[in-house]
Amino acid sequence: MVMQFLKKAGLGVILAMTSLAVHAEYTWNFPMPATPMAADTLHVHNKFMVIVMIIFLVVLSIMIYSIVNHRKSKGHEAASFSGPSTKSQVVWTLVPFAILLYIDFILMGIPAYHSVVMMEDTKTNADMVIKITGSQWRWQYEYMDGEAQGVKFVSNLTTPQDQIDNKAEKGKDYLLEVDNHLVLPVGKKVRVLLTSTDVIHNWWVPAFGSARDAIPGFLRETWVRVDVPGTYRGQCKELCGKGHGFMPVVVDAVSAEDYTKWVADQKTKLAAASAGADKTWTKEELVEHGKEVYVKNCAVCHQAEGQGLPPTFPALHGSKIATGPIFDAEGKLVKDGHLDRVFNGKGVMPAWKAVLNDTDIASVITFERNGLGNAVGDMLQPAQVKALR
Amino acid sequence: MSSTTAAHHDEHHDHPTGIMRWLTTTNHKDIGTMYLTFSLIMFLVGGAMILAVRAELFQPGLQLMKPEFYNQLIGVHALVMIFAALMPAATGFANWMLPLQIGAPDMALPRLNNWGFWLLPPAAILLTLPFTLALFGIGDGAIATGWTFYTPLSIQGGIGVDFAIFSVHLLGVSSVLGSINVIVTILNMRAPGMTLMKMPMFAWGWLVTAFLLIATIPVLAGAVTMLLTDRHFGTHFFDAAGGGDPILFQHLFWFFGHPEVYIVLLPVWGFMPQILQTFSRKPMYGYKAQVVSLWAIGALALVVWAHHFFTVGMPVPALLYFMYSTMAISLPLAVLFFCWIATIWKGSLSFETPMLFATGWIVLFGIGGLTGLVLADVAADAQYHHSYFVVAHFHYTLFAGGMMGVMSGVYYWLPKMTGHMFSERLGKLHFWLTAISFNLTFIPQFFLGLAGMPRRIPDYALQFAEFNAISTVAAFVLGFSQLIFVYNIVSCARGGKKATDRVWEGAEGLEWTLPSPPPYHSFTEQPIVK
Repeated sequence: MVMQFLKKAGLGVILAMTSLAVHAEYTWNFPMPATPMAADTLHVHNKFMVIVMIIFLVVLSIMIYSIVNHRKSKGHEAASFSGPSTKSQVVWTLVPFAILLYIDFILMGIPAYHSVVMMEDTKTNADMVIKITGSQWRWQYEYMDGEAQGVKFVSNLTTPQDQIDNKAEKGKDYLLEVDNHLVLPVGKKVRVLLTSTDVIHNWWVPAFGSARDAIPGFLRETWVRVDVPGTYRGQCKELCGKGHGFMPVVVDAVSAEDYTKWVADQKTKLAAASAGADKTWTKEELVEHGKEVYVKNCAVCHQAEGQGLPPTFPALHGSKIATGPIFDAEGKLVKDGHLDRVFNGKGVMPAWKAVLNDTDIASVITFERNGLGNAVGDMLQPAQVKALR
Repeated sequence: MSSTTAAHHDEHHDHPTGIMRWLTTTNHKDIGTMYLTFSLIMFLVGGAMILAVRAELFQPGLQLMKPEFYNQLIGVHALVMIFAALMPAATGFANWMLPLQIGAPDMALPRLNNWGFWLLPPAAILLTLPFTLALFGIGDGAIATGWTFYTPLSIQGGIGVDFAIFSVHLLGVSSVLGSINVIVTILNMRAPGMTLMKMPMFAWGWLVTAFLLIATIPVLAGAVTMLLTDRHFGTHFFDAAGGGDPILFQHLFWFFGHPEVYIVLLPVWGFMPQILQTFSRKPMYGYKAQVVSLWAIGALALVVWAHHFFTVGMPVPALLYFMYSTMAISLPLAVLFFCWIATIWKGSLSFETPMLFATGWIVLFGIGGLTGLVLADVAADAQYHHSYFVVAHFHYTLFAGGMMGVMSGVYYWLPKMTGHMFSERLGKLHFWLTAISFNLTFIPQFFLGLAGMPRRIPDYALQFAEFNAISTVAAFVLGFSQLIFVYNIVSCARGGKKATDRVWEGAEGLEWTLPSPPPYHSFTEQPIVK
């Protein structure tokens, strides 16, 4: 009985192990490098790993030899030396010190020096500049020069909450998918400027080998030159609050022609948005568009029904601010009023002025005042928002 | 001895009993026992927190907790393990063993010693109280910034941050008091004939630790106080909008935080050679070289802090300086490893539980050290940094290098402290379960980090699922194995085979000349060291 059970259990374990080995997508090293920096990093990493593994194995074998052979149970008599006593012994004890000195500052130190210089050389021969702004919990991309100058958009996680809550099957790129990809031309050296609007974030794509903090109030920089076309995925890797695991980075590296096509598309979209700000919208249009903006940007804290997560994230349903006046009798913006709060933020609430366009801001405010169980009845036109810029 | 002094001597033993004994005690062994018990309890508390985290990470998706709560658990786990488990364990050993090892009747400043300990329970309560308060709707839980308090996230945080700041203040005061006591005791109360260069290595390890604590704890206290005033009193030390700099906080924090690693490890590096020599039945190798190396590491520890945040962006000369100075730490550390291995070389080895832990400790701590050397490289660090590679690395140094070292020390001195032998069979079982499950927990995390999984995320992409599942299962084995440790300690304290004075065949040093357990007042007559 017992033996039979053990046999069955053993078989089960073996089957489980083989199936695990067959299905597992194990990765044992850095991802395939897509930039010169990542290639260099992988090279340096591999070299150092071999060095430290050799050190480890040599030292381990010496220890194992001693553990096996110098046992009391084998009758080994203890020697009595307690330090180097002759000149040659002193020299021998300096050998590990010298080996490590060589490894640290020659074998590892010199390639590391070159890597550092290469990593920090953001300006030489840079073909274009982009600015990346981290916010809780999304990335904003802005093209600073070249053909795409002025293109600017926000990149939000698109993985549905149902998948995160295990109510729906998880997609292939679970947690690594966004609405707007950053698009870069292949083979161009891109100087990347980083900053943040709230806390410290870190923009990281493992296949690029570059990770740099985005720090509020300061500019930091790094660079990428993607040599292989493709889609690359990464994540924020500096703890930035509750959404830290939910602000991925997705980059498309495309050919020069595709890039030009994409830029033209973006410019058309921008022109349409700008034209949208000048026309007069109906309340229904604003509420409908505002709901989309709300779900994408606001619901993570204020929740889908506007109930919030007090005390940190206040409810919008019945909120004094979201149902109070936007402008005072003289037509001036009410301080700490609804629009002021969305525009400029306060405390944990981020400032949306630079992140959302006029139509988005006007719509989301109109939605918050007329949806989420609120019924103020008024609306805000994109033109009114534009006038305040 | 005249009759009056004999009567006086007896009065000393007329100490209060029950709870008052522990509240008012100034006896180094009582205080040491309290430190060690506190450490063991907090080790289990911190462990329970991380098991909840590992359970959440068993599979992709959010199963058990919200990200907010997840962030609280990881940060408080680290603070508890470092400040409330590892550091008190080291101080507990210092209290118990330093006077015994240097032939002193007690610690030099016994009342300060009592206060030093009794600051700890309030600090632990302050740290964890916000969890409970949140259940009653007060605040939004404990500190959720990780143990590093990075601004501006910590400025944004709720009352948990304030509680953690006050907790760190108390823990810091306790550590500084303990350090002063250690320094005064070691420098003034050694037995006649025990020159500094004849001191047990444990005393040297602790002396360096004490100096590091006094050098760095005030910086941490200053940094968190500045954080407190930024939060509540309108200062802008760390806020760019007011002319401050969030990165300044990282510099201040890691000026403390890097030496902190050695503060935790140096006492272990002190007593480990003693354990190795005991079970090798052979004198310690390279005493002088070890002492010099301990001081060299202590000094280097103060000047390498910025390697903890290479990715914030620094000028090239700064990057190179911090890279090369960090690599330089491997030199004295290599000397220590050489001396430890040379101590067991050609010895007459036997593998009782403390020795099993000690040899396992050399190997596993070696992995922590070598991966640390790789991490020093700025370019590759951009990949390792804040990934699971770093998580695995510092658990090899702090769990294997720190906690398993402490376990070795506990098994080594437990018979001396209690007067009973522990169960060797359970001790060995504890070692093998711990060593194997520890590796199975953290080796997958090296690969997770290389594959690109950031640390401190509550949910992860699908390609990380298999390694996380393995890591979680192993972590639970690791966690529950520690109950064997607790059972073994408790049953050893309650009874068991009587321990001899020497306990271990090859044990050398003054503590083994006293009975097991030692009398309430350790050395009433000073021993002479030749």
